[in-house]
Parts: sequence; structure tokens; C-alpha cells
Amino acid sequence: MCASPYYRMQIMMCAGTGCIASGSLDVKSALERELVKRNLQNEVQIVMTGCNGFCAMGPLVVIYPDGIFYNQVKPEHAPVIVEEHILKGRVVEKLLFKDETVKGRVPLMKDIGFFGLQRLIVLRNRGLIDAENIDEYIARDGYGALAKAVTEMTPEQVIEEVKKSGLRGRGGGGFPTGLKWEECRRYDNFPKYTICNGDEGDPGAFMDRSVMEGDPHSVLEGMAISGYAIGAEQGYIYVRAEYPLAIQRLQKAIEDARSYGLLGKNILDKGFNFDIAIAPGAGAFVCGESTALMYSIEGKRGMPRIKPPRSAEAGLWNQPTNLNNVETFANLNPIILNGADWFASIGTENSKGTKVFALTGAVVNVGLVEVPMGTSLKTLIFDIGGGIPKKRKFKAAQIGGPSGGCIPLGMEDVQIDYESLQGVGAMMGSGGVVVMDEATCMVDTARFFTNFSVDESCGKCTPCREGLKVMFDKLTDIVEGRGQEGDVEFLIELGHHINNTSHCGLGKSAANPVLSTIRYFRNEYDAHIRDKHCPALVCPDLIDFVVLEDKCKMCGMCFKNCPSDAIVWEKKKVAWIDHSKCTKCRTCIMNCKFGAIR
Amino acid sequence: MQERDAILKRKVQDSAEAIPPEKLLLLEPIIEKYQGSSSYLIPALKEAQEMFGYLPMEVQRKLSMGLNIPAPHIYGVVTFYSYFTITKRGRHTIRLCLGTACYVKGSKQILEIINKEVGINVGETSKDGRFTLEAVRCLGACGLAPVMMIGEDTHGNITPSATLNILEGYQ
Repeated sequence: MCASPYYRMQIMMCAGTGCIASGSLDVKSALERELVKRNLQNEVQIVMTGCNGFCAMGPLVVIYPDGIFYNQVKPEHAPVIVEEHILKGRVVEKLLFKDETVKGRVPLMKDIGFFGLQRLIVLRNRGLIDAENIDEYIARDGYGALAKAVTEMTPEQVIEEVKKSGLRGRGGGGFPTGLKWEECRRYDNFPKYTICNGDEGDPGAFMDRSVMEGDPHSVLEGMAISGYAIGAEQGYIYVRAEYPLAIQRLQKAIEDARSYGLLGKNILDKGFNFDIAIAPGAGAFVCGESTALMYSIEGKRGMPRIKPPRSAEAGLWNQPTNLNNVETFANLNPIILNGADWFASIGTENSKGTKVFALTGAVVNVGLVEVPMGTSLKTLIFDIGGGIPKKRKFKAAQIGGPSGGCIPLGMEDVQIDYESLQGVGAMMGSGGVVVMDEATCMVDTARFFTNFSVDESCGKCTPCREGLKVMFDKLTDIVEGRGQEGDVEFLIELGHHINNTSHCGLGKSAANPVLSTIRYFRNEYDAHIRDKHCPALVCPDLIDFVVLEDKCKMCGMCFKNCPSDAIVWEKKKVAWIDHSKCTKCRTCIMNCKFGAIR
Repeated sequence: MQERDAILKRKVQDSAEAIPPEKLLLLEPIIEKYQGSSSYLIPALKEAQEMFGYLPMEVQRKLSMGLNIPAPHIYGVVTFYSYFTITKRGRHTIRLCLGTACYVKGSKQILEIINKEVGINVGETSKDGRFTLEAVRCLGACGLAPVMMIGEDTHGNITPSATLNILEGYQ
């Protein structure tokens, strides 16, 4: 803990993008005002920390030394917190986390299922340090691993240690990091480069953003260690243009590290030179691919090229280049400090360590979670995620963003590691987990992801550029009621062609959402095509919009919410829908608690 | 979904307004700073866009001459990355998320209210030059859906009525 001896209490205020958007800066100034009013500003410190991962419940406040966790704190709560908690030592009940499963308030962070079941390695400093203060990072063993590497270890030993730890790339590919470094070290062509891939483009994934904003030094330290291991003196961090806060905090972190002599010339007096620059992206999903990313840094169109030569041999400006993901770099400090054996003891046979997942969609606790590899999907969704809201049923989980696949009900016991996920037709990807309940149409979902891939295809390979377009049009036909017998077989064939004949990772996996939904939800495709009916009541053209008399409880919710006055209803009478006025907006379906409209 | 796709695919007319030659001289410091290496093209374009708000052909041609990079190459880069724009923009860019999580939680209603009150559709700039509206797919803040960004500020859990209050703060 970064407890300073002069303060008797610390208020840890979450300052991740999520909480800032929910107003945490206003809460901070309100708390400051209250403290000054009661002359407590020298006793109580307010620390702005990085993202806690529980963004949906923000703004979050944790008060130490007790570790009491408050959520959804508003500026008007500041007087209560200062008066009750800080002066009188009484916990403010109404701001505590409400646990739906035990129907009570939970005061301590570790007792909340969402936090308690996580194992933090990458996010080890979350909510504990001020992201913009290098001293606090150092107090949490920061830069200790870099010091150990450059003073006690040879580059070969560092590589050996990383190889032994079994760390694999966290960007999705899962290539062993140690092997990548070893290959890059082999080439005697200088200068070499090491690049951090912070171009996190998958919809529904935000773990890299959280690490870059909440613990930027852990990324810098990891990069410096990799630079030492492969013999590079220059590093680049490629960050999405959509993450301004991350760019700003990384910039500050780089300057601080330079002024402490932890970056720059002759680091720690050991003759090791290493510096880092930020290369902001300009908004292209395909730039997450390694060769495209390097072209982008070079100032060209980010289009992937044929490999070999691999980037370890000829990457940025045709020099040997190592590229790792943000999360991979953040793992290095604990690996070097605690040893490879410690890291290898966590996880499964072939997938070591932990993985951060962004849990979103139809789940109670939306947020970032870090769990050991091999945790079952069930634990992730039901124990940590708190299950599905509104008493709906779990239908499927989409893992790996637009390149991943769906894992349906009945297979939620699957272990989360690289091989097991591939076995069921999904992939680890960057770690986005979108949970879907029974009100999600799988055909529509497949169409959404295909649309994304159509837009983001760089246009180099025909199967990806044109094939996806055809696939998207076919899916549109199906959801709009023009589906024909044989469409599914066509989609499967086309999907395999796209996956087999595209060049880069985007094209090779772009058909996965379609193929995996066909694999597990063939019946939904058939219902769309043969019965012209959408079972999940999502596709407006395939819904009849009729009220089922036996199910209608005559509550009038549909009538009250209809924006176009298309529903005719009187008290104690079954509603009916006037099709001449209905705009098929589905508001009535979403508001009907009894499922009486179809 | 269909409506959203139509919104996302709308084409926008190029601005006919030309930039006067004396204004192009403002590019000189950028050219001087980044001369000599083609790898600085993206930062140079970013700075130019911050200066003019957009990258019309005149600006691209000027940079091409100054940096000694073929104009088609510059045009290729400008059209490849979604950050760059060839049409004129408002003082504030509204980036409304229409990604999965936000769309389900009603970002379409937000779009409609902006449409009605500000009078602009996706890709358009308001007549007074105050706002440009953009639709994006994911801002990485899914826990706060629906989300929009104005300039560099992120606003989460927005409702149609709150949207207007938020917009008031950007003049």
C-alpha cells in the first residue's frame, strides 16, 4: 500500500475513463471541498487511481485502511462520506455494493464476488496506485524487474526465464513470447525495435486501455526488459487514436521514467540504452495485425504483407522487430521478480498465468476481470459476472470479438485456455466476452460482426474484401425474410473459402462468427429461412407483431410505451396492434414482461 | 439494424469551399518539422488536420510538395485511416457509439434527438460549424452504454434528454 505516514486515511478515487465519464472528477472536487471545510485536508489524502474494472458501477471509491468499497458515488454524497465515514467511522450503508444473490450490502471489496474470485497479476496495481505517480509504481516493486534483469541477468537468461514461464502472447495469437524474443535476438542486424501493440480494436474489449491508463509504467518496464533481451534500443507504443487519456498518461509516464534514469541512455549505470516513443494510430482496425501496424508507424497505409520474412527478421523499416501486446508486457515484471516457476504454477498445462477478460453484454457485473487460465466459462459468467440480469436465460457467449466464435448453453463448462477455446470453435482473441441471453438473435449477431469485418477489411485480398460483402448481403437477405433453402450451405462453403484463402489474421478469422453460429444455432437460421420467423424476436421483418391472447395479462405496458400509438388497449382487455401504424420498433416486445407479443 | 446500416453508409458531399493560398503558408512549420522522412507522414497529417480541421486537396498537395511524398500516396493514407477527413468539420466532433452494447441500450434514440435538435445526420456538420456527428463502433467503454465522445470527453449512460444538456456545454 502506498500509505504515506502523514495521512491517516486514503480515499482511492477511480479515475479510469469509465469513472471519469460517470463524473468521478466532480466527486473528487466535492470531497476535497468537504475535507477542507472540516480542516481534514492534512489527515486524509485523495488518490486518483487507474481503472478498477467495475466500470458499470462507477464512480468507485475505496477508503483505506478499512478497504470499504463504495459504488455509484455522486458529488452530493461527499458530505455524508466525510461526515459519517471519515469523522465518525461509520460505514455509509446506502453506497455499498448491493449483492443480488445474497440480497444484501457488501462493505469489503474482497467479499464481492466480482473481485474476490479474481487473481491479479496484470492488474496487480489496479485501484491501489496513482497512475500518474512513478513513485507509487516503484513502491509496488515497479522497475524492480528491470533492475534485476540489467544488473543480475544476461539477455539470454532473461529470454530463458520468459521461455520457462510459458508466457504466451495475450493479443490473441498465443505465440510463446520467449521464442519470439529468442528469434529476434538471433539476428545481428542493428538497430532493432520493440513495439507494444495498443491498437485494441475489438468491439467489447477494453483491457489494454485499462492497463495503459491505470498502470502505464508496467507497460514501459515490460518493454524495457524486452529491449534488453533482444538488443533493441528503441521502443514504440502504438495506441489507438480513440484513447486520448491513455496517450496522455503514457506520455507522462515516459517523461517521468526518463527523469528517473529508467529510460534513456545508460539505464541504471549498466550501459543499457533504451527509449520509448508513442506512435498514435489513426483509426484502422486492421492495424492490430503486426505487419500492418509497422507500416502504419512508417507512415503508410496499414495493409498486411506476406510473411516470411517474419517481423523478427525484417519488421519496422526492415529491421528486426519484436511486437507484443500491452497485456503481455504487463506480465513481465512479476515473472522476472517472482521467477518463471511461480508463473508456470498458475494456469493449465499449455496456457500459463492469467488472462484479463472484458465481460460485457447481458451480464449483471459488467467489467474487467482477471482469472487464471483454465477457469471455466461458467465461473466467469455466473460467479464473477453475477449471472444474467432480468431473470433471463443464458444463451451463448461470444469470445474473441469479430474473429471469435460463440460458445452455446450446455458448453459453458469449457475451460478458458488457448487450446480448449479453439476446440469448440472460438478463440481467445484479445479477451472480449460478450454474454448473450435468450433475447439475442444469433443470425443478427453474426450479421453485426460480418458488417464490422466488411468495413474494416483493408481491401488487399479478394476473398476478404468481396467474400465478406457477399456473406453480409446473404445474411441481410435472411434477416429480412428473403432467405432461401441452401443459403446456409452456401454460407458455410463461402466461410471456409474466406478463412482458407485470406492472407492476414482478420480475413482468416472473419467468417468465424458466421460459421460458429451456424454450428451451434443452425435451428435459428432454419427458422429464419423456412418459417420466416425470428425466434428471439429481434429481426423486425420476421416478427408478426400480434398479441397472444392466452399470455396477455392486460397490463397495458405495451400501450404506454408505444411511440407511434399503434397499440389499442383498454383496462381489462387484451391489447391488439394496429399494423397500419406499427413501425416495428420492438418497444412493445421489450416492455412486455409476459412474452405475449410475437 | 437496417436503419443503422443505412445511417452508417450515407455518403457525404465534398465541401466546395477552397482554402486561400495565403492560409496554406501556415503549413510551412509542419513541413519544416517533418521534412526528410516519409515515416512522419501520419503525425504531419494529424497536425495539419488539427490546424485546418480537415485535409482538403490543396493541403494534401502542399504537403506532398513540401515533404517530397507523391500526392497519391498521401491521398491513399488519408482515405485509409478513419481519423482523417477530406470534408470540413465542426468545432466539436460528436462520436456516438453504435456498437453492439450501445445500440441495444438505445443509442439510436440519442442519434434521433441529435438529428432533430442539432439538425445533422451522421457524417454531417451543423450549419453554424459547431458540431460534426460521427458514428463509431466501439469506444471501449461498454460498461457505460450508451456512450458518446465529444472532442476528448467521454459521456456515458446518456439519455435523450441528458444529451441536450451535454451539448449545451459545447459552444
